[in-house]
Amino acid sequence: MTALPVPDTDPRRLALNALAAADANALTAAWSNWSDKPDFKPVRGPETGLVMVRGRAGGGGAPFNLGEASVSRATVRLESGEIGHGYCLGRDLDKARLIAVFDALFQRDPATVETWILAPLRAGATAADTKRKQETAATKVNFFTMVRGDN
Amino acid sequence: MYVAVKGGEAAIANAHALLADRRRGDRAVPALRTEQIIEQLGLAVDRCMAEGSLYDRELAALAILQSRGDLIEAIFLVRAYRTTLPRFGYSRPIDTADMLIERRVSATFKDLPGGQLLGPTFDYTHRLLDPAIAEGNDIAEPVTAEADPARAPRVTDMLGHQGLMEPDLGFDPVEQDEVGDLTREPLQYPLDRDLRLQALARGDEGFLLALGYSTQRGYARNHPLVGEIRIGEVEVELDIPELGFPVSLGRVRVTECQMVNQFKGSAKVPPQFTRGYGLVFGQSERKAMSMSLCDRALRAREFGEDISAPAQDEEFVISHLDNVQSTGFVEHLKLPHYVDFQAELDLIRTMRAKFEATQEAAE
Repeated sequence: MTALPVPDTDPRRLALNALAAADANALTAAWSNWSDKPDFKPVRGPETGLVMVRGRAGGGGAPFNLGEASVSRATVRLESGEIGHGYCLGRDLDKARLIAVFDALFQRDPATVETWILAPLRAGATAADTKRKQETAATKVNFFTMVRGDN
Repeated sequence: MYVAVKGGEAAIANAHALLADRRRGDRAVPALRTEQIIEQLGLAVDRCMAEGSLYDRELAALAILQSRGDLIEAIFLVRAYRTTLPRFGYSRPIDTADMLIERRVSATFKDLPGGQLLGPTFDYTHRLLDPAIAEGNDIAEPVTAEADPARAPRVTDMLGHQGLMEPDLGFDPVEQDEVGDLTREPLQYPLDRDLRLQALARGDEGFLLALGYSTQRGYARNHPLVGEIRIGEVEVELDIPELGFPVSLGRVRVTECQMVNQFKGSAKVPPQFTRGYGLVFGQSERKAMSMSLCDRALRAREFGEDISAPAQDEEFVISHLDNVQSTGFVEHLKLPHYVDFQAELDLIRTMRAKFEATQEAAE
């Protein structure tokens, strides 16, 4: 199989990335706050399986199989016809289904999903990463090479 | 040869009930929950995921609880569980250069772009037991500092530009399907490096540590230094045919070790630094370092080096690094072998009779 092209700025792709990165509780809260919940039907799943995670020899060389990760996925169809797909690490079937629902809603009404779901998720993820980076930055060290007889 | 036995059902059921009782221990002590194992015994969870070859913290924590903390038993449970799930596909190779770094050190370069970041390390602790931890004291929030916004390139990529470091060999994207997968095809020696790396990544930490140590002590000496160790989270991306593009599934934590080794060169290759590579699920730099020492030793054939030490013997190393296989074969010896033993007893009796007859004849 040839690798699919990577549309770096595709809004739907960025939305799915943000949803997969989100904490399941944040998605559940977002769904319960969503007014006017649409009816949807399952098309596939939700189901759990494995993805073989690949690395590269030396970091940048030929690929090899590092080990598997559990992954859940779901596909739903809204009553208005949009099909949504959800994929995420782990075995949380509700999370995969919610991602699929939000993906379908994003096709119907991207602006509302962006404002009420994606923007807060992205802000939360950025804040969490910043905190982690700052904690790591505090452990930055400068080693000095001593000249012999100088200590 | 193993011959099946019957019976013992009641004893087995009672033994398992007793196991459940001993696992729970004193009922006056609160039962352990998997969240506690994930949060407070995180490195045991990481080892279970790495050698179980399945990234799933909740499952690894459950396995540790179920196995009473016997990590090889826990790894066995995780390996057994993974066989029950369908395979959705193969991820895109993770990009360790684009990592949310939690630790990054180099023993070879003092001043790195992005800096040396110690992270949550046991290094430089005094290895003195701390009774305060047993009392469950409150722990202060970690100190924070302004983070360097610059990217932290892999050290080996930086030195590679000067031509003194063996470069990563590129690959043809069309060949992606040809990446070996030992969970799908039985191994046939000699192996390519992709299969060796897959086997090493899920191999037993203790076995690889011992072999890595043997290379330092002179059995396949190749003068290693740590070019870089980095620990942190990377995105896992999967091509989704129904969408027509790849999406991120989330992030996994990995440990990467770039070992840099002296190489005096050969007829074809000028003198340069060669490399061994380690990549492991979770935070486990001992394992990643051991893996990179073994990876380099196992590349002896590629560099035209003499194969004289155990760590260079591909079939020996790869056939014995898997602790689930090893424990299966070693531990099966305790199961009933009555028929085997009876046959061996008859054989010994026959031989003994012959021996005694010869002795008597000589007298």
